[in-house]
Amino acid sequence: MNLKRRQRDWQSVAFYAVTLAATALIVLTILVILGDIVWHGARQVSWHFITGGTKEGMFDAQTAGVFPMIFGTLALVVLMTLGVVPVGVITAVYLTEYARSLSPITRIIRGAINNLAGVPSIVFGLFGLGFFVQFVGGGLDQMFYGGALHYRKPALIWAAATMAVMTLPVVIVATEEALRAVPSGLREASLALGATKLKTIWKIVLPEALPGVLTGAILAVGRGAGEVAPIMFTGAAYYLAHLPNSWTDQFMHLGYHVFVLSTQSPDIERTKPILYGSVLVLLVMTFLLNLTGVLVRAKIRSRLQHG
Amino acid sequence: MDNPVIQIADVNFWYGTKQALFDVNVAIAPHQTTAFIGPSGCGKSTLLRCLNRMNDLINGTRVTGRIALNGEDVYAPEVDVIELRKQVGMVFQKSNPFPKSIFDNVAYGLRIQGLTDKTELEGRVVKSLKKAALWDEVQDRLHDSALMLSGGQQQRLCIARAIAVEPEIILMDEPCSALDPTATAKIEELIQDLETDYTIVIVTHNMQQAARCSDYTAFFYLGRLVEFDATNKIFTNPTNKQTEDYVTGRFG
Repeated sequence: MNLKRRQRDWQSVAFYAVTLAATALIVLTILVILGDIVWHGARQVSWHFITGGTKEGMFDAQTAGVFPMIFGTLALVVLMTLGVVPVGVITAVYLTEYARSLSPITRIIRGAINNLAGVPSIVFGLFGLGFFVQFVGGGLDQMFYGGALHYRKPALIWAAATMAVMTLPVVIVATEEALRAVPSGLREASLALGATKLKTIWKIVLPEALPGVLTGAILAVGRGAGEVAPIMFTGAAYYLAHLPNSWTDQFMHLGYHVFVLSTQSPDIERTKPILYGSVLVLLVMTFLLNLTGVLVRAKIRSRLQHG
Repeated sequence: MDNPVIQIADVNFWYGTKQALFDVNVAIAPHQTTAFIGPSGCGKSTLLRCLNRMNDLINGTRVTGRIALNGEDVYAPEVDVIELRKQVGMVFQKSNPFPKSIFDNVAYGLRIQGLTDKTELEGRVVKSLKKAALWDEVQDRLHDSALMLSGGQQQRLCIARAIAVEPEIILMDEPCSALDPTATAKIEELIQDLETDYTIVIVTHNMQQAARCSDYTAFFYLGRLVEFDATNKIFTNPTNKQTEDYVTGRFG
């Protein structure tokens, strides 16, 4: 018998090279994008840029700041999260704890949720305009303000609601997975002690699934913070002289600001530094929001494990 | 048997279209330990889980016949299954403490019944832990996570949790199958102590265990009750040939 290798297996080598090249391509792309943004953005970002407004003109790199956009983005994300998490969690509880998993109705609901996740974000923007601004807002005005214009206009609350609908599938799917991962032995133990189903869900299942719920919230924030299309018609403003002071006000938003800078500027070369700065701030903000979520989740996990 | 605490009469049980129990009749004596033995799939766990209606949780199950707890049919439509489970506690095969502290685990059943008085809660928790022979090992770490305990300790914690709500009957579904011999011995000892206050029904794969800690034994095979008698009789002088073959280890 001859154990000596006769020739190299070129097919294996080639395939290995392809997988390596594909990975390298991805990593390089990310590095180029991030590197470019950080390199150009870091020169623009200063204390003044972060805390300043746009009083002296929003296209002037020397004086322009993005504080109103940071504020607006944060307000939007917080309101969106407050909307999407309860609705998403309650839906997931229905689907995993109450609905029969094989019934046609449950299948239709699941299909609808999956389809919702595949709808382009601009469609959500138009939906928000039609449903929240015109229908809900108009309805509220008719009912409470005698038709006077109060809610039937683009507003922070409608942008947040639209964004919440768009991120709903993410929260539902993540929560469902977390609920399914709760050992059935825990549910049985609780029920066998004479707990109702409601108490079992509330005291045992949901606390155990909380880290997974947070994962859903983190993903939703990640998706929501950078989206522009859903808020274009529902609440984001091109320019506002002051910060929104109610949820019926419009707001400025980092992502929309980037869109405005890159399409509306009279002199694109002079606006470029602000563009880079805004993108960098948006990236860092999304990163910090995610980091907060991850830290909170880690804390809850360790509390679950150590009693 | 005079005054059985549970009377199982002509019970049939189906998972979907598959029948798992056929005309089972067993009487459970108060303050005694009754063991259900038999090979895998013989229906012993199914019957056990009928006694506190845990099978209700599985879709497509159906039961006929009568299971009476102190004369009351537990499957009657007006029965509140929550009340039933308060009276018929259960310890599971795989120990399943909640991811909470030792104290909160034992207090759980009491709290969901609305007990909020701190002193009484503490008293009941301590009493239950003592009864479950766990107190000496955990008294100075009641607020540590229950998940830090060993497998045997976790199972005794589950017993403490079950007896905290003061049920009349405790069902045990192969409580020692995942435990080492030392931990098993402790639980068996505990079962004999608990008999003074509770009626125990235990499902076990382990025939020595049934012989050691039960007063009555029911032998099941393929969904039918083959023989039910005093444990002593089942293990020394069974009437049925199948029972004899099983307890002597010739099959199963």
